[in-house]
Amino acid sequence: MYSYWKNNQLKIAPWIFLAPGILMFSLYVIFPIFQSVNLSFYQWDGLGAKTYIGAENYIELLDDEYFIVSLKNNVIWLVLYLLAVPAGLFAALFLNQTVRGIRIYKSIFFFPFVISQVVVGLVFSWFYDPSNGLLNIILEFFGFDTIAILAEEDYVTYGIIAAGLWPQTAYCMILYLTGLNSVDPEQIEAGRIDNARGWRMLWYVILPQLKPATFIAVVVTIIGALRSFDLIDIMTGGGPWGSSRVLAYYMYEKAFSEYGFRMGYGAAIAVVLLLIMMVYIATILYRLYQDEKGG
Amino acid sequence: MFPTPIERTKPSTQLLYKIALPISIIIWLLPLLAVALTSIRSGADINSGNYWGMPTSINFIENYTAVFTDSPLGYYILNSFKITIPTVIGAIVLSSLTGFALGVYRFKLNLFVFFMFVAGNFIPFQILMVPVRDLSLSLGLYNSVWGLVVFHIAFQTGFCTFFMRNFIRALPFELIEAARVEGVSEFKIFWHIVVPLMRPAMAALSVLIFTFIWNDYFWAIVLTQGAEAMPVTAGLNSLNGQWVYNQHLVSAGSIIAALPPVLMFFLMQKHFIAGLTLGAVK
Repeated sequence: MYSYWKNNQLKIAPWIFLAPGILMFSLYVIFPIFQSVNLSFYQWDGLGAKTYIGAENYIELLDDEYFIVSLKNNVIWLVLYLLAVPAGLFAALFLNQTVRGIRIYKSIFFFPFVISQVVVGLVFSWFYDPSNGLLNIILEFFGFDTIAILAEEDYVTYGIIAAGLWPQTAYCMILYLTGLNSVDPEQIEAGRIDNARGWRMLWYVILPQLKPATFIAVVVTIIGALRSFDLIDIMTGGGPWGSSRVLAYYMYEKAFSEYGFRMGYGAAIAVVLLLIMMVYIATILYRLYQDEKGG
Repeated sequence: MFPTPIERTKPSTQLLYKIALPISIIIWLLPLLAVALTSIRSGADINSGNYWGMPTSINFIENYTAVFTDSPLGYYILNSFKITIPTVIGAIVLSSLTGFALGVYRFKLNLFVFFMFVAGNFIPFQILMVPVRDLSLSLGLYNSVWGLVVFHIAFQTGFCTFFMRNFIRALPFELIEAARVEGVSEFKIFWHIVVPLMRPAMAALSVLIFTFIWNDYFWAIVLTQGAEAMPVTAGLNSLNGQWVYNQHLVSAGSIIAALPPVLMFFLMQKHFIAGLTLGAVK
């Protein structure tokens, strides 16, 4: 027994180290994915017996106008949320100086990312409040009409995204600040000698060196956009009239809230969301794989 | 350095920059400053709609005590700690083991297991929601602090493994080789050689996971019901529903709920940023 261990230590040891992690991760993450996919072919109220209904949940999705609205909002989120990347770059360029107290400024700019989305959501709902919110006070001050952003079907999603951009921009800024720190000073000097400055310097010399930071910023922003849930629940609960729902939120509503307990249908929505996400997950894995092969 | 260091620019630009800094910070934090201001107003001001005029009185101490005496927020905060601290410890223990296995040994399924952890970390929560809730119910963990802890540990293991594995990959491998030649067992190599070297990674992960879990809202509402095991995020939202006419108190509550991760960030800033920007530099 002991000699077997001695001879095969290098083969067995990794699996002993991996066992608890793999067990927990499989139980709570990997298996549930397959269970959800399976569930999406059933009708189930969460209590009684499950009935197999084939692809009916998916067929129903195609005719569900709320599903279409949620999907459309997901696209809007995805596109507008990406504004956090250039905004973060801009903030990082603004703060990449060495004047006195700049460290504190950087920390304070980063602040919104550290606080909970629940607090961000509450803070922005009050900010948008039609009667006492700061936004409308400012609008009035400059002579504009007041608007109840979160009560208007046409504005509500944009209002929530703006709230989401606040912490996300801070996150991208930190990524870029770290990236800027490691930009090769010799290349900058060489660029200066060649008379590259301002935008040209940024575009031709700096941005290519910031590629790793940009990649991460884009990935985490896309994933964040597709995961958006907290802000919607806190700020509008999907309203008015379901106009600010996204897939993640609609799924939750269908499965768990008083509107539903339709677990199978909810699971089908989640599968659609997973498929969209898979595009990005596959990109990340592909890149990791390339890195592994290279290194 | 890019952009050009401000010291090397014209004096007028320098002055402009020094004025722009504080102004931009105020605009950036405006929504939060508004809440901070509301949180020290009196109930009378709130009722009469005096949100932005001169406050009739400064009720800093009254409001911040009222949050603890008149609402269960203190209890929710305690729950948040009970959920967050064991999760941090559990996730770090598990991922030290998995990260070590994947970072040090070469075996066939290494990359497959690694990719499983990475991919799992990015999936949408909703695909896990129904099965995880059922699992918690059948394990008797639904609506308990431990139900959340166990799930969070399992899920965070994905990200933490990614982090730990990459960190271990960058350590000097000769140390391990040398120990093996000496006949040191793999467990002793892990415990006596690698774990001490992993401290910076553990510190970075602790602050990150603390913040992630403290701020979690989705799993809090999926895996708990009622006040018993509710953390402060979900608690704050329900408080906001009950205290519609006490915005000054909910504001104070928001500030309190935001404090622990903010303090964590300021105290451990270096580690926090190191963890968050992993991979942002080649």
